[in-house]
Amino acid sequence: MGKITNEELLTSIKAKFEADVTEVSEPFGLLTFEISREKIIELLTFLKTDPKLQFIYLTDITAIHYPEREKPIGVIYHLHSLVNNVRVCIKVFVADGDVHMPTATVLWNGANWMERETYDFFGVVFDGHPDLRRILNVDDMTVFPMRKEYPLEDPNRVDKRDYFFGR
Amino acid sequence: MSDIQIVDAPPGVEGAGFFATSIDKVMGLARSYSLWPLPFATSCCGIEFMATMSPHYDLARFGAERLSFSPRQADLLMVMGTISKKMGPVLRQVYLQMAEPRWVLAMGACASSGGIFDTYSVLQGIDEIIPVDVYIPGCPPRPEAVIDGFMQIQKLVQTESLRRRDTPEYQKLLASYGIQ
Repeated sequence: MGKITNEELLTSIKAKFEADVTEVSEPFGLLTFEISREKIIELLTFLKTDPKLQFIYLTDITAIHYPEREKPIGVIYHLHSLVNNVRVCIKVFVADGDVHMPTATVLWNGANWMERETYDFFGVVFDGHPDLRRILNVDDMTVFPMRKEYPLEDPNRVDKRDYFFGR
Repeated sequence: MSDIQIVDAPPGVEGAGFFATSIDKVMGLARSYSLWPLPFATSCCGIEFMATMSPHYDLARFGAERLSFSPRQADLLMVMGTISKKMGPVLRQVYLQMAEPRWVLAMGACASSGGIFDTYSVLQGIDEIIPVDVYIPGCPPRPEAVIDGFMQIQKLVQTESLRRRDTPEYQKLLASYGIQ
């Protein structure tokens, strides 16, 4: 366990963002909450620069897709305070027709590739990103493969039927 | 008699001090016992190929001692492992840079058909972008299977006619891949 408990952490965040923090939970002891898109950069800046918390390390930026929800695409930020050895997970959900996020590259240069990957697989457009293009898939791909919009296998394929393999 | 085994001479006319046979048989013999492979290894099959190259299995016995990591003097492109769609153009460029005559060997399930990676990002067999001569099944194939595939290639090389690369069928095959 870190030097700061989750309660203290949540208190110091709520002191500044009382109205914005929702859906607080602690899965596996990791403080997790949701916040609006307008406040995310402000919150990340606060967490990084606050002299007590010092969440100076951005572990990961990724996304998640819940097709049945009203706001299906969620962008997830994992921060790690190397000083206090405590982690936090922040989620921001956006509507389907408006998958835009402000970029975190203004705070961490490491966010550059993470955001490119998130754009590559989920189609989240990070406004203000210096070089937003695909990073892992081929450039001419038109889909975002990690979204739950596609069948797991093309039902019309015949080239991998069992009888070709003596099964 | 010694234990040294020598390759049999091709069929021909033998006499005192001379031996006559057709040029393509001699060329095939020479080419097949000095194939220079270009190993294009991406994953586990590449490791298995390293075992094939190492002393226990010793691919060098077949005249393939010099692995060319440049397409410049290579005869045989050995594709081993998963080829993703992003790697496809690179593999194609390597193939295009090889001089004729050239042969292609697809080793393992991934290179032959995409294998277990039935995915949007993986090429479902390298024969979608370049012509293939021999496929080695297995996941990964044992070194014995690689040697068998290599010997199949040698058979092809030995029996290939000298003008095969100029035939309209071959040109048509290459044209179907958009080469030249």
